[in-house]
Amino acid sequence: MQRLTKAFGGTSGLIQIAVIAAILMIVLPATTEIFRLNLFGKYLTYAFVAVGLVLCWGYGGILSLGQGVFFGLGGYCMAMFLKLEASTPEATKIQTTPGIPDFMDWNQLTELPWFWEPFHSFAFTVFAVVAVPAFFAWLIGYAMFKRRVGGVYFAIITQAIAVILTILIVGQQGYTGGINGITDLRTLLGWDIRTDGAKYVLYYACCIALLLCLLAGKFIINSRFGRLLIAMRDQEDRVRFSGYDVANMKVFVFVMASVFAAIGGAFFTLQVGFMSPTFIGAVASIEMVVFCAVGGRLSVVGAACGAFIVSWAKTSLSDSFPQIWPVVMGALFIGVVMFFPRGLAGLVSDYGSKLMPGRKSRSKPSTHKPDTASRSAAGTTPQEPA
Amino acid sequence: MSNAMILEVEDLGVSFDGFKAIDALNFYVERNELRVVIGPNGAGKTTLLDLICGKTRATSGKIKFKNKDLTKLSEHQIVHAGVGRKFQTPSIYENLTVRQNLELSSPGGRTVLSSLFFRRTARLNDRIQEIAETIYLVDELDLSAGLLSHGQKQWLEIGMLLIQDPELLMLDEPVAGMSVPEREATAALLNRIKENRAVIVIEHDMDFVKDIGRKVTVLHQGKILAEGPMEKVQSDERVIEVYLGH
Ligand SMILES: Nc1ncnc2c1ncn2[C@@H]1O[C@H](COP(=O)(O)OP(=O)(O)OP(=O)(O)O)[C@@H](O)[C@H]1O
Ligand SMILES: [Mg+2]
Repeated sequence: MQRLTKAFGGTSGLIQIAVIAAILMIVLPATTEIFRLNLFGKYLTYAFVAVGLVLCWGYGGILSLGQGVFFGLGGYCMAMFLKLEASTPEATKIQTTPGIPDFMDWNQLTELPWFWEPFHSFAFTVFAVVAVPAFFAWLIGYAMFKRRVGGVYFAIITQAIAVILTILIVGQQGYTGGINGITDLRTLLGWDIRTDGAKYVLYYACCIALLLCLLAGKFIINSRFGRLLIAMRDQEDRVRFSGYDVANMKVFVFVMASVFAAIGGAFFTLQVGFMSPTFIGAVASIEMVVFCAVGGRLSVVGAACGAFIVSWAKTSLSDSFPQIWPVVMGALFIGVVMFFPRGLAGLVSDYGSKLMPGRKSRSKPSTHKPDTASRSAAGTTPQEPA
Repeated sequence: MSNAMILEVEDLGVSFDGFKAIDALNFYVERNELRVVIGPNGAGKTTLLDLICGKTRATSGKIKFKNKDLTKLSEHQIVHAGVGRKFQTPSIYENLTVRQNLELSSPGGRTVLSSLFFRRTARLNDRIQEIAETIYLVDELDLSAGLLSHGQKQWLEIGMLLIQDPELLMLDEPVAGMSVPEREATAALLNRIKENRAVIVIEHDMDFVKDIGRKVTVLHQGKILAEGPMEKVQSDERVIEVYLGH
């Protein structure tokens, strides 16, 4: 039992997760009406990406400015399934070609493209949500890391891939729905996902998936592999000349981060009801890094809170002052990087250790004062913005 | 002869944009030998180690270690073959504790899966303790490695190699930046760890070389200038001219 606890970062780590679970699954649903809870669910989908970035960037030192790509691939896979289900011949009988998604009909397609076919199957879709982004990340990671491409170059290349994917999706309107994305999604295996009841269920499913991702993240960080990530970030050559195949390790952590992002993307589609290129492009990808940095790139729980809080702030701000948001985001990023490199989680843990001076701060960079970390997030959560 | 030699470097050459850092070099190390390599700045000493451990790829020549050709192996395979290398500037993981530094360097748990599910065994704990005693860091085991003094960092990196139990240990200027007592302690350390393995030490400090060395190789402009016991090398006129003279 103790060994099991230790694998997830000790009791304090599990308390963090328990507090988050309580807030997400009890406090929030009890105090919020479903419209807003559904929005919260949308913010949480970014937390998946942030957790992945903690592993890949915070620990592994691999900055990806293209996580939107994987978020998008996961989201699009799910959207393709839902769209096919919504495009029954009866529902689309006014089209020139009934039975295919409406945007294809508008673009003079008369047949479902071959790569859409497998998405009739839900089992395949669930598989694809994970496998397609994983394969893609493996391909990019393998090509880059085996050639020892890293640092800024890797960041730029991933950003470029995000741009390219957006252009591709927008350009191939007939196959992808173009700039509007895949919209008007209705049912999942015959179950209407637009009802309040369904939104509750999807919100809870999203919470559970996120908690599992948090646990997985904690497990990875607290394993020998997690320490290896820190080692590779700080002294890559030393790791290589201690007998590790550094490229393999990097590919793995990049794939993990991408799979987390993809799961988030799939839940995004389910809860928001559509998927479009704006959520996966260059700007969205950079925003995801900001979420992670603000929350704390060395804390999975911190980064998840950061994703939630910052995307909430974004919604509130960009509703009232749409021009200001990009400036605020830029300032936030620069401020955090310069003054609080460990983000909210770092602030909370410093504040926590001041409150409890008896507790020696450990040397591991993953150290956080757990309960306070989540409580600070909780403190802001139930208050409704104007 | 091949059997007595653990390392056979033959006709080795590497050039950087036409500049020959190592030039048609022949270099042999016996099992259980401690060899000191000296030479002026830029002689190619570090480059020689880079070539052996795979950090730099040779333009020509062969590097045979236990009859395996190292030039065809990747860096981690060379480590698995039994070659350990310490860098000129201490390379340790400053954000981890001394214990974690040693643990990460231990063999086992070197693939993704095995490192994810790796568990420290009692045997590994004993081994870490034993190494820590050898490198004078028992009391610092749970200290963050970034807090160690410069000399202690050098020792830690040596310890990180020892835990792999390499058959060939290569140390690039292990006493650079050390105080006199630390140098003496390091000489004692080297004399202890040279049992059962071959060691190549690059060094500038002549007093230190006398403390540990028997056979010395003098490198100059990528070539071997002289080789032999310390006394003989010291009295070689060409060596005095390029190196010991000033
Ligand atoms: N990657 C490289 N690219 C170009 N030149 C290099 C490279 N590595 C080494 N050199 C050059 O090769 C020569 C030998 O360098 P090396 O570092 O091996 O010398 P050294 O004997 O270790 O010197 P020191 O005593 O200063 O450590 C130097 O002139 C150096 O500038
Ligand atoms: Mg050198």
